Amino acid sequence: MKTPVYGLMAEFENPTALAAAARQVREKGYRVVEAYSPFAIEEVNEALGLHHNRLPLIVLCGGIIGGLSGYLMQYYLAVIDFPINIAGRPLHSWPSFIIITFELTILFSALATVLGLLGLCGLPMPYHPVFNVPRFALASRDRFFLCIEARDPLFDRHDTAEFLSSLHPREVSEVAH
Amino acid sequence: MGEDPRDKSSIQPGRSAVIAPGHTFATVTDKISSIVLTRRTPLFWFVPFLIASGLLMVFLAAVGYLFARGVGIWGIRVPVMWGWAITNFVWWIGIGHAGTLISAILLLLRQSWRNSINRFAEAMTLFAVACAGMFPLLHLGRPWLFYWLFPYPNSMGVQPQFRSPLVWDVFAVSTYATVSAMFWFVGLIPDLATLRDRARNRWARATYGILAMGWRGAASHWQKYETASLLLAGLATPLVLSVHTVVSFDFTVAIVPGWHSTIFPPYFVAGAIYSGFAMVLVLAIPLRAMYGLEDLITMRHLDNMAKVMLATGQIVAYSYLFEAFIAWYSGNTYEMFAIWNRMTGPYAPTYWLLIFCNLVFPQLLWLKKIRTNIVWLFVMSLDVLLGMWLERYVIVVVSLHRDFLPSSWGIYSPTIWDVATFVGTIGLFFFLFFLFIRSMPMISIFEVRTLLPQAEVTEGIEK
Repeated sequence: MKTPVYGLMAEFENPTALAAAARQVREKGYRVVEAYSPFAIEEVNEALGLHHNRLPLIVLCGGIIGGLSGYLMQYYLAVIDFPINIAGRPLHSWPSFIIITFELTILFSALATVLGLLGLCGLPMPYHPVFNVPRFALASRDRFFLCIEARDPLFDRHDTAEFLSSLHPREVSEVAH
Repeated sequence: MGEDPRDKSSIQPGRSAVIAPGHTFATVTDKISSIVLTRRTPLFWFVPFLIASGLLMVFLAAVGYLFARGVGIWGIRVPVMWGWAITNFVWWIGIGHAGTLISAILLLLRQSWRNSINRFAEAMTLFAVACAGMFPLLHLGRPWLFYWLFPYPNSMGVQPQFRSPLVWDVFAVSTYATVSAMFWFVGLIPDLATLRDRARNRWARATYGILAMGWRGAASHWQKYETASLLLAGLATPLVLSVHTVVSFDFTVAIVPGWHSTIFPPYFVAGAIYSGFAMVLVLAIPLRAMYGLEDLITMRHLDNMAKVMLATGQIVAYSYLFEAFIAWYSGNTYEMFAIWNRMTGPYAPTYWLLIFCNLVFPQLLWLKKIRTNIVWLFVMSLDVLLGMWLERYVIVVVSLHRDFLPSSWGIYSPTIWDVATFVGTIGLFFFLFFLFIRSMPMISIFEVRTLLPQAEVTEGIEK
């Protein structure tokens, strides 16, 4: 079901106000809440209960895949596909395979980090309703926003707006879809 | 360590601050983004850009001639087949290492002063690696077959030799270039969003909008973003150390006297950071004056970078002394001859100039007066860049020209095409760098915001 608005957004002047507001919004029972700021604020993450993310696990998987594929590729090529007998030296000369294994571990982990970050954040995202608020352009400059989304079970266009106003924001605005 | 990023008491008596007082989120944003978003391109941008473009033309001419005639246009002859090409390769890739050190290692060490220099230092890394990559590729002889370096199913039924340091180098350098580019781009995303939101020109807004990919500064994104930055830093740190280690393996795994030495990996890494910081200073000193960024890139930054240069310079000096000591102590005739030939042979002036540039002259950095004088620092940085180039020249050429058999001895001298290719890559480097400072924020805006005292949440938050 499509709600009439995406949510309600309050604008704050500084990170302290945003963190305090985020905490109060959570205490009031709202759960589908997002904060927007020009830089990362640890206290806001804490207030919104953002503790875990799956990125490290994705990176670990990427690293393991990279290391294994690096080593197995070299093993396959040097031992099975294209063995060169040089004075009877062992074909499976593992110490000399370590460096490329290491480099590919790093490469795959880094690729997993970047793709994992974009995937978990849902980027690239060509359209998002929050940009419909004209003042939201300042979220990348010097203003701090808190948005309670309409999907929240406690959301009520009137009551939520009043509650947000009680947090002393600079402005409260509706976010159109 | 000791400098916690949350510690905003950067204004200590007797030390200049990381960021000049009086700035707000809005002023730092506007100041840095206006450099990019202005319609007017300043004259002090155009003049160096045109010079760099001219040198880039020299590079294209040299490469064009090389494609037509082959690597014989260079001075490389038996026994010195590496010549300037590999000297320049090692020099450029070493310069790149400072950018990764600033962006990754100093992030892990929580050195918050790095926040205002990491962006352009990382750009420097990318462009230096691009210049470095040119040399081994052009030196291949048939550069258009460069993809033979990578393993792929092919009709020749041949595969690369994974026991060779030269193949390790291909993987190390290409991984380094890829990871550096990704690290740099991820670091740019929030600032690209800032440019998107501030650009008035439709075309600029669309371009930055596409590049920012819809970044909106959501807390849940920032949380993952911070994790990603730390992970990338943690990955880039061992990577950067491995790259110059692998470059040094190109030498040490061979048995040529003067190359076959276990001291090379740490000695190369220290030298790389030494020359890299010199290049960062060479770029930072004019940039901050030209764009009036003295309040963001303060004397504190220059002083800190000079200290890193001094420290790595001491490691390099120690390596030189130890190299000579080991040659004597080994009792190996060839090793002893290699060092003695460096000091007194046909290339002795290069060796002593190198010792002066890298070991003697930089000792002046112990003096605070020198470290806080921008003219001296600039001269010192150029001196270190020259010294580090000479070091690679001595390692490559002087070791090769006298190996085990006197019958295979020879003398190397560069041709005009060696000079043109090298000077050409300097043009390529500055061409890319000036395009970068005109089109991207050269200082990380969102990281500088966190340096401001206002960025701190003042009231306690219950957990």
